[in-house]
Amino acid sequence: MLSSQIYRLPPQRVLLRGPLRFPDIPWYNRCPMNDGELTPPIPRLDGHDKVTGRAQYVDDIQMPGMLHGATIRSTIARGRITGITFDPALDWSGFTIVTAADIPGKNEVLLLTKDQPFLADGYVRHHSEPILLLAHEDREMLRRAAMAITISYAEEPPCLDVRQALRPEFRQHGDDNTFHAIDIIKGDVDAGFESADLILDETYETGAQEQAYIEPQGMIARPAPDGGGVEIFGSLQCPYYVVKAVTHLLGIPAGELRVVQTTTGGGFGGKEEYPSIVAGHAALLALKSRRPVKLVYDRHEDILATTKRHPSITRVKAGVTLDGKLTALEIDLLLDGGAYVTLTPVVLSRASLHASGPYAVPDITIRARARLTNTPPHGAFRGFGAPQSIFALERHMDRLAVRLGLSPLEFRRRNYLKVGATMATGQIVRDDIDMHTLATTVYDRLGGAEREAELAAANALSPSKRSALGFAAFYHGAGFTGSGEERLASQVAARLTDEGAVEILSSNTEIGQGTITIFSIIAAKALGLDPSEIRVAPPDTARVPDSGPTVASRTAMVVGYLVQQAALDLAAKLAGKLSDELRTVSAESLRGEAFRRAAGQAVEHGWKVLGRSRYEKPAFVQWDETTYRGDAYATYAWAVYGCEVEVDTRTFEVNVTRFVANQDVGGVLHATLAVGQIQGGVVQGLGWALCEQVIYKDGAVRNTALSTYVIPTFVDVPPIEVLFAETPYEFGPMGAKGIGELPMDGPAPAVLNAIAKALGVEPEQVPCRPEYLMMLADAAAPVGGTRG
Amino acid sequence: MAEATIRFRVNGRDVAVTAPPFRRLLDVLREDLGLTGSKEGCGEGECGSCSVVINGELVNSCIVPVIQSEGAEITTVEALAETPIGAAVQKAFMEHGGAQCGICTPGMIVAAAWVAEHRAYGSDLRDMLAGNLCRCTGYDLIIASVDAAIASLDIGKSRE
Amino acid sequence: MRGILSAIEASRPRSMDDLLDHIANTRAPRLIAGGTDVMVQLEAGGQEEGESFLDLTALASDLRYHRLDEDSLEIGALATFRDTRQRNDIVAAFPLLEASARTIGATQIQTRGTWAGNIANGSPAADGVAALLAYDAEVVLMSRQGRRTTPLCGFFSGYKKMDIGPGEFLAAIRLPRAKPDRLQEFWKVGTRRAQAITKVGLTINWRADGSWRIVGTSLAPFVTRYDGLERLFGQFGDHPGRLDADQQAAAVATAVQADLKPIDDIRSTADYRRRVVINLLCDAASRLHQT
Repeated sequence: MLSSQIYRLPPQRVLLRGPLRFPDIPWYNRCPMNDGELTPPIPRLDGHDKVTGRAQYVDDIQMPGMLHGATIRSTIARGRITGITFDPALDWSGFTIVTAADIPGKNEVLLLTKDQPFLADGYVRHHSEPILLLAHEDREMLRRAAMAITISYAEEPPCLDVRQALRPEFRQHGDDNTFHAIDIIKGDVDAGFESADLILDETYETGAQEQAYIEPQGMIARPAPDGGGVEIFGSLQCPYYVVKAVTHLLGIPAGELRVVQTTTGGGFGGKEEYPSIVAGHAALLALKSRRPVKLVYDRHEDILATTKRHPSITRVKAGVTLDGKLTALEIDLLLDGGAYVTLTPVVLSRASLHASGPYAVPDITIRARARLTNTPPHGAFRGFGAPQSIFALERHMDRLAVRLGLSPLEFRRRNYLKVGATMATGQIVRDDIDMHTLATTVYDRLGGAEREAELAAANALSPSKRSALGFAAFYHGAGFTGSGEERLASQVAARLTDEGAVEILSSNTEIGQGTITIFSIIAAKALGLDPSEIRVAPPDTARVPDSGPTVASRTAMVVGYLVQQAALDLAAKLAGKLSDELRTVSAESLRGEAFRRAAGQAVEHGWKVLGRSRYEKPAFVQWDETTYRGDAYATYAWAVYGCEVEVDTRTFEVNVTRFVANQDVGGVLHATLAVGQIQGGVVQGLGWALCEQVIYKDGAVRNTALSTYVIPTFVDVPPIEVLFAETPYEFGPMGAKGIGELPMDGPAPAVLNAIAKALGVEPEQVPCRPEYLMMLADAAAPVGGTRG
Repeated sequence: MAEATIRFRVNGRDVAVTAPPFRRLLDVLREDLGLTGSKEGCGEGECGSCSVVINGELVNSCIVPVIQSEGAEITTVEALAETPIGAAVQKAFMEHGGAQCGICTPGMIVAAAWVAEHRAYGSDLRDMLAGNLCRCTGYDLIIASVDAAIASLDIGKSRE
Repeated sequence: MRGILSAIEASRPRSMDDLLDHIANTRAPRLIAGGTDVMVQLEAGGQEEGESFLDLTALASDLRYHRLDEDSLEIGALATFRDTRQRNDIVAAFPLLEASARTIGATQIQTRGTWAGNIANGSPAADGVAALLAYDAEVVLMSRQGRRTTPLCGFFSGYKKMDIGPGEFLAAIRLPRAKPDRLQEFWKVGTRRAQAITKVGLTINWRADGSWRIVGTSLAPFVTRYDGLERLFGQFGDHPGRLDADQQAAAVATAVQADLKPIDDIRSTADYRRRVVINLLCDAASRLHQT
């Protein structure tokens, strides 16, 4: 049934956008659904406030009578709280103190489950778990107070290794600490292995990663000026997540909580669910003190306490025939969820749905589990599980290629998914994508066979430098998984302002990725206006409808489409008004100058005109959550990334000297923003691959500074060459698909594949640090071969 | 601890602040003087978000005790639009994707304007800007922006 | 937990006399110049009860200088890394100073950080100290009693322990000028390429007189010269060709195992550090062999 709906397109074109040479870059936007106008991208619409320092981030905001808040946290990984003492030498009269007993509603962070408390009530499950809240006028007094509070515990043994989570002494969740389990079965994997000539079975690990947004978490809460309810202002991705969690905490109806996003200094998923906790804490302090309370973390507290990317252990067993066809894939994926469920089940879902990669494999079994450990909870981070499983598979693909005597790209070529092929969930590929063309383009940009020969010759001559090319091929599902978008039922509105401008109302946030600019472009295109004529309302839950969270690469594609529909509905409503008053007007004709004239009339007559849109599932999407069968995502972005690395065999430092990111993300809405998304994601991926390591001791993060948790600087990364192909998605605005998370997926496997080739070792973990590589090289080298 | 009265100039304006001597210059700028353009990203001189220029030197204001500002001439992001270099850098960041979330941007722009003014022949922009961390852009479009600003000012001619 | 900076006592002397009086009369004063280490430690909660600070920065006219003459270079206590990097004559005469200075933090740190502070902070990871040691630097200590000069090699006696007496402060650093050196290398292996704290560092200087300076960073409680390695390389240099590359490597490995006692910490492992030193020394030795 599905195959009859395959959407066919002309052969795709690859548009070269690199190497990026500024300022005379040849921008173009050639998606067939996108007019193909050669217009340079407009400057980002929130740019002026940001470059002048005028943009107001949460810590920039002062309110009369405002107090500062602080969070007192556990200093053990697991145990019962036996006592809390306040040093009587300190004058506590100026402090507001909140404990779990002060919570008016439910002490539960309402998300997928309710297992996590806002404040530990007698028992802690991880280091740095919030126990007490303080507020005071003077920030330094809060530091003194923190030193004057002593919390005693009866410690219990913490589970600090997810492989041991099933042991009975660690049981803290359900029967066996399993947060979630997913099985995806296609065909008969045993039969698939029967028909294989070669079977390779290896295990891969990835570490936690800190989002490291440069603006730490922060919220201001105040009792609403009119007396009823609470207002919250802060750094966040998902205003309605905060509404849901904080109303549950305070036991108030949604109408009594107003959440306003302040300019947000980066999110990357780190401001998806965690801000609900900061907001709840600030709200508790504000309610008790009846004053505005600002709760802003410093870097130390942010790294210590907030969510990180889930560490993973993935076993990949693959069967291939001697002519290089995959026959079977068996994947066991284990995620370390940390101490509470948070978003782990959906992270596990995305991890498992990306685990078998862009390959057509007859028989697949994927068993994915997420379990508890007593570290701070892991949560949303760009890529959301996919980078972990893609890393494992793509490393494995290179090892298989070596066994088969094929080049990595040739082996992949023999296995790529194509239009009409069946994915692990039974989903039929609808996109007419051509992975091999993406791959050969990358290969050519890196210099191809000629470059590989050059590097081989140079390696043979150099006493201490080994260079090689490496690749990764992958897809990333856009929007919420499965029926998630249907459940969200996002809504967007477009209204005419009193000045006759068009205002877009949505709860999707600008976190640097360009929401304001993109929405303006989409609405302007729909109405034949200039983007400067569009206003995007600040996300304020008192004004905007719930258009869902700003996550999952859904904002441009899913919500952008709703923006387009809302804008068209506005034109239709306006046309209706005109028809009532004057004559019959078609909505289609109400574009550009005609729209402006009509809007002018609306202002004159004082008409309130409001366009609306609501998510409707494309008819072809069929998904069964219970069996994990069907269309896991409505559409996918497809990519091949490649790089050249140089490894110093004296120090095992890795230098990524070239990087090419080639992807098909459907129509590109704004070239500069799109390039910026890809480059930023790639660099974040390079950090995860090579240097970003969260170091734990007894369940506590030890490297809680940007000097010890090291992210790439200007000189740690090469220029990132970005290329786009544009196979449009018919339910994306101007053919656009999701783009935000995709670039996180490819760098780690591409870089480690290059390292493997350069050194002749098989790295199986990220971060792939020099110490680890030296160990691998030692194990591979003959005795005494310390000199590479 | 006795507070001291410390006098200096910020963005061409004489100011006197009464503060403990080791209060961070960043806090004095943001909280006492209301100049919230400079941001705190790390609090340890690592990320450059609090970059300001003191007596012609590019510094991280989060690790400058205010006592060291006595008599100093300080420029923050708030005054940059009034200088040709600062304005050119700001414009280029808007046009070439140099800013995304914007939290590193004020410090980045202060640094970029300083670098545009001070770099020696052959010096490398990436090297000179390496004291400013950005988590959004991957850095290329910042380099593109600074390059564009320098080109627009016609001060990059000796390069390449 | 962040420190409580408002509790810190500090004064800012306006003259050298004033400074020396303060140092003589204050119990265990701490000095601050660029503050790039001190402020970070204080913000991390590193202050001790009753500590008071003397800020040197009002004394730039006395202490912020480079004096290069035929015999020596003198670096004043307030001279910054950037000041040095700006001086082409100094960079030409002492290339390891530039090589190390450019790796310290990044621009914003180099405009504030001083060579004297790099010594006085006493960090085992002090890149600048490694370069100074490779040039036989001496430290000039000043007090009410006058000036005292002492070799930088031997100045440290333990982690953050150094030979500064009561009433003294580190006023300058002197580097003797020598004939052009034969081989100079500054290697820094950090956690990344800029803004990095050294995981393992090795600085080598083969002097015109045939003697060697081999300095290790982040390998011991303080930046250290390794006499055994220097002697070994003296033999390599004096008797080219006597040992082949493998024999040299074996001798280097033996000497490193004997002399270096690095530790595991948050940034790296003892094994990695030792092995990188061996590999870098073998690299240097092999180039010696080729010339």
